[in-house]
Amino acid sequence: MGTKAFLSANEAAAHGVRLARPQVIAAYPITPQTTLVEKLADFIADGQSDARYMMVESEHSAMAASLGASMMGARVFTASSSQGLLYMCEMLSYVSGARHPIVMADANRSTATPWNIYGDHRDAMAMRDSGFVQIYVESGQEALDTMIQAYKLAEDPTVMLPVMVNLDGFTLTHTYDLVEIPDQEDVDRFLPPFVTSNKLDLADPKVLCGTIGPALHTEGRIQQCQAFETAKKKIAEIDAEYAKLFGRSYHGMYEEYRCEGAEQVLVVTGSAAGTARVVVDELREQGRKAGMIKLRSFRPFPKEFFASIAGRYKALGVTDKSISFGYDGTIYSDVTSSLYSGGQCGTKTANFICGLGGRDVSKDHILEMFDILRNLSDGKCEDEVQFIGKRW
Amino acid sequence: MAIVFKDLPDEELIYGQKSCQGCAALLAARLTMKVLGKKTVLACPACCFAATTSVYPESAVFVPNAVTAFPALASTLAGMAVGGEALGWDEDVTYLGIGGDGGTIDIGLQALSGAAERNDNILYICYDNEAYMNTGVQRSGATPYGASTTTTPAGICSKGCDNTFKKSLFEIMAAHRVPYIATASTSYPKDFMEKVAKAKAMKGTRIIHIMAPCPTGWGYSAEKTIEIGKMAVECGLWYLAEYEDGKYKLNMTPKEFKPVETYLRAQKRFKHLKEEDFRRIEGYRDADWARLYRLIQM
Repeated sequence: MGTKAFLSANEAAAHGVRLARPQVIAAYPITPQTTLVEKLADFIADGQSDARYMMVESEHSAMAASLGASMMGARVFTASSSQGLLYMCEMLSYVSGARHPIVMADANRSTATPWNIYGDHRDAMAMRDSGFVQIYVESGQEALDTMIQAYKLAEDPTVMLPVMVNLDGFTLTHTYDLVEIPDQEDVDRFLPPFVTSNKLDLADPKVLCGTIGPALHTEGRIQQCQAFETAKKKIAEIDAEYAKLFGRSYHGMYEEYRCEGAEQVLVVTGSAAGTARVVVDELREQGRKAGMIKLRSFRPFPKEFFASIAGRYKALGVTDKSISFGYDGTIYSDVTSSLYSGGQCGTKTANFICGLGGRDVSKDHILEMFDILRNLSDGKCEDEVQFIGKRW
Repeated sequence: MAIVFKDLPDEELIYGQKSCQGCAALLAARLTMKVLGKKTVLACPACCFAATTSVYPESAVFVPNAVTAFPALASTLAGMAVGGEALGWDEDVTYLGIGGDGGTIDIGLQALSGAAERNDNILYICYDNEAYMNTGVQRSGATPYGASTTTTPAGICSKGCDNTFKKSLFEIMAAHRVPYIATASTSYPKDFMEKVAKAKAMKGTRIIHIMAPCPTGWGYSAEKTIEIGKMAVECGLWYLAEYEDGKYKLNMTPKEFKPVETYLRAQKRFKHLKEEDFRRIEGYRDADWARLYRLIQM
């Protein structure tokens, strides 16, 4: 089943997109997303994809053209990063509010200024409330598999939400790994062609993306919220179905790694989860009670899960590759508010800001985080929000 | 592509809209649909047209209609055309965009440039009422010299809008070598509808820039919309032209322009102008026409 190839995560993601058979691709190049959209152009040039590829003049037009094609009922893909994602921001809310299930990749990169082409999560976090589902991947294999799962989720008639698949810039996008590429016929069985009534139709004229005033606006937003609640269940179901067919599972919205009997647990998002896994293994060998929670779905956020683990561990740390100026790391603030949503917590928490502007998140950094968590467990004082690996 | 009025269908595909009385923008849209018929998919950005036709749960448009973001008419429409092609829609479907001057000449110009450069299969109608009318008469790149708008109010230190020329969508799009671009006026419906019919029969990016007088923003009474539009053409402050097969063509070459003051004095937005301003505007007009004559000789 499938073939194996040595691929970067961008190339792996492109294979995932190809296998999902999009009918229209509209994209504008930006580092480090480029090799993904180049690979898609190769597939079309080589006859491996019959998608129409629109060479748009900007990211704003990339998402607008994607919206136009999706409104016709086409399966659509686009990809961007950093400033490009910020530039297309206006169209993200058009797409999500009108419930067009576009799938996009974000090769996560910092945002200017200072201008910086390297990876962190500032771009995607700025789109937190865009109405896009946000999934973060740990590896090239997960990037490929998640692309296929993303279409299944987005186009589910009970969901109908756009999905942003996030790959850490360079750390994943330009790093090579052995990846299994599923066979087309298997993917076709998993992901049937896109069918929707939410489209422009000559036989049934209607307005899409129309204006809605105060009288009904709230109800539309409630429907979006309900779709995100449904997506919580669907992400797990789709992952389980995928695992049955392809033998790989990513455990839905989050993964608990060696959390049984743990006292210090670190919540990690994206590529750093791979490093944290290794550190947890090493700490366990040393007899330390370390565990990791890999956050895969940031929106919807697994609030109920975090509420359910309040008090379970002595200390819980959260890594953030971004910070909300004037407040904490974005994921940390969601985790802590979830922990306290039951009215009590019982777990000490700390926020580790790391990996900004492409700075490596090393094993030593992760180890430092676990040491801080141990200090907290032992009743020592630590600053709640700490920059890890800082020079001064 | 001769248009014979009595042969046009009675069926209206745009009606019941909430536009101001005498709105030429909606007239342009209605005349367009008379020619294009039901096999049309429409898109429009945030503008007077969208605000008066497409507010849920009502619709005054009887073909499929997508409302998109202000800068995104051409790009959304291009995506629709490419999507239709990918899905095997009939080739004779028209992908029609209707947008105002601000949404086209200012904020939407980049997207239109991209679509024109790719020669996407769209018919784009820009109704030009010479300001941001939907938001309350703010100046746009198409506002003429001397017009008092809410962001260029006339006063003791201001003559109103100080654009010395209207940004030329006609020349900008001709420079993209599109198959077809024309200018038109709602006061010359036969000329306009024949241009729509000609454009309908072609493929690629086709654009019609139609002057659409606005009683609310320009300050004249609603029943004078057609008369005002005619006066603009007769005094040379608007022109009817085409660019096709790499050639420019003027559809009307007035032997002698009527005085600009007759046109300008008929509108409140110019009421502060004086004799010297009229002469200045004539100078701008003559420079524009000198450019047009040079173009048609190319």
